[in-house]
Amino acid sequence: MTHAPEKLLFELSTPGARAVDLPESDVPTAELDPALCLFTESGLPEIGQLQLVRHYTHLSHRNFSVDDNFYPLGSCTMKYNPKVNEWAAALDGFANLHPMQPDADTQGALALLYHLRIFLAEIAGLDEVSLQPCAGAHGEWTALKVIRAYFRDHGQPNRRIVLAPDTAHGTNPASCAMCGTNVVTIKSRPDGLTDLDDLRAHLSDEVAAVMVTNPNTVGRFDAHIADMADLIHDAGAFLYLDGANMNAILGITRPGDFGADIMHYNTHKTFSTPHGCGGPGAGPIAMRKQLAPYLPVPQVIKTGDTYSLDYNRPKSIGRVRSFHGQFNVLVRAYAYIAACGAAGLRNVSETAILCANYLAQRIKHAYALPFGPPDGQPMAVAPCAHEFITVPQAILDRGVTIMDIAKSLIDRGYHPPTVHFPIHDCLMIEPTETESKAVLDGFADTMLQLAEQSQRDTAPFKAAPVNQPVRRLDEVAAARKPILTWTPGDKA
Amino acid sequence: MSAPTDRRYLQTHEWHKLQGDIVTIGITQFAADELTDITFIDLPKVGAKIQANQRFGEIESVKATSDLYSGVSGTVTQVNDALQNEPGLINRDPYESGWMIKIQITNPAELNNLLSVEDYLKKVGH
Repeated sequence: MTHAPEKLLFELSTPGARAVDLPESDVPTAELDPALCLFTESGLPEIGQLQLVRHYTHLSHRNFSVDDNFYPLGSCTMKYNPKVNEWAAALDGFANLHPMQPDADTQGALALLYHLRIFLAEIAGLDEVSLQPCAGAHGEWTALKVIRAYFRDHGQPNRRIVLAPDTAHGTNPASCAMCGTNVVTIKSRPDGLTDLDDLRAHLSDEVAAVMVTNPNTVGRFDAHIADMADLIHDAGAFLYLDGANMNAILGITRPGDFGADIMHYNTHKTFSTPHGCGGPGAGPIAMRKQLAPYLPVPQVIKTGDTYSLDYNRPKSIGRVRSFHGQFNVLVRAYAYIAACGAAGLRNVSETAILCANYLAQRIKHAYALPFGPPDGQPMAVAPCAHEFITVPQAILDRGVTIMDIAKSLIDRGYHPPTVHFPIHDCLMIEPTETESKAVLDGFADTMLQLAEQSQRDTAPFKAAPVNQPVRRLDEVAAARKPILTWTPGDKA
Repeated sequence: MSAPTDRRYLQTHEWHKLQGDIVTIGITQFAADELTDITFIDLPKVGAKIQANQRFGEIESVKATSDLYSGVSGTVTQVNDALQNEPGLINRDPYESGWMIKIQITNPAELNNLLSVEDYLKKVGH
């Protein structure tokens, strides 16, 4: 990796340079209406092809991914994405398909979507699935629309309140706001689980749904979930499960079995589709029968041996996405589920939980676990799910901040864990199932070295990162006075 | 740690200072220190109606985004516009120049439901 500062394309610009030679025009010249023309310089950079390739190659070398090194970014499930997924998505019959082709020409693709529906319904323990939403948050929004449609159809349009715990992902209240519902926050108990009394106090005939993440964002499975479901159902509302943490429960329990009525999946977390992926992802939703009439059209169905797209669903909320969702992402999710099989999926979650507990056990004497076992007790006393939270108060008390720890990890080749979410001054660590014991041990050793370093000298923490293309960035200035455009004379 | 004795507090760290029928609201030094550098604040407009124990705005730091709550009901009469350009005032001087909004209150008795300075400091563990 080179650490020389990479110039911007604007700074690399050489007047007259071109990346491609256009052929001579073989059509007559036409005059443009001058009123439609801009006669000032465009200011676009002019660059040769090789220089352009080098620029982006340099930038790509600075990218950090799971394929580089350990990426324990809590809540994000940065598991390794098996390359067989890419093989499947690149198959001619999938990659070169046009969404407007007639159903008769696309039976293979429709069959894949249909079987993925069945897979996801089975994993959820629910009845129906829509593959259309193109992100987890889009799934939340679509599901809330489905719930609103249900209540309008059942003469209860006044149900406009959604309850969510204070540890919820930020997308939950955001989806509610986008959907025109009011969010009311439910308190968590000191052990990180939902306060049932506070939930009870907020339930009413105006509540449409309660959004719950289980295991929750502090990495604990809420064993009261079935009691919560009863409370919610008695109040006539739906239990929405945020599927962000499905990686902890695959094949072990199913949301439908513990009382959830509707949920979304994050395929990039649970089913190894690309994070980001340079475009939309997929956030399928699963639901009980009574909500199914409202899900988006079209729905892939099977009649005899033939697959087709069903638009005849009069109560549907309509389309939420052009064509059939993010098809090539769904192919990868299908490939992953098919490759794992039922036993393999359970193994994924069991191993993810084992890895998290192993790592927590190795570092918890130096990195306190506010939601873990009492001091000196093993993780088995109060195990975490697939991720855990530490508030390393002893280290913080020496004047080292969470951000100092994160930056020091970057210097040691690791992507830092999630910081300051869901509580202040925490690191949220999620190793995932795809890391070996050797990698977990290497990371644990590094964390313990940092804890030990904090006892001797905190100055190196303040200097970090030192081995990167950029040093410590001024995040306060960037947030308060962002500079969003480059103008000549600016420094890169 | 200490906090001014001439005002009352919410457990969510907002202070309330009564002068006549106007209550000024801001957040405590403890809250500002916990948030670290504040980068953005979203406040209501003059004339907005505020309900006791409802959120009236949002505060964002490099660490976290938090809701702001009022312990009293009333109408916003003044907003501290200086905070838009200089949110760091809340970190430096949370009890004076870092104030957020002034509310003309409708029910002075609501103030009795708020915490005294001693009870507030006890709640935050000091």
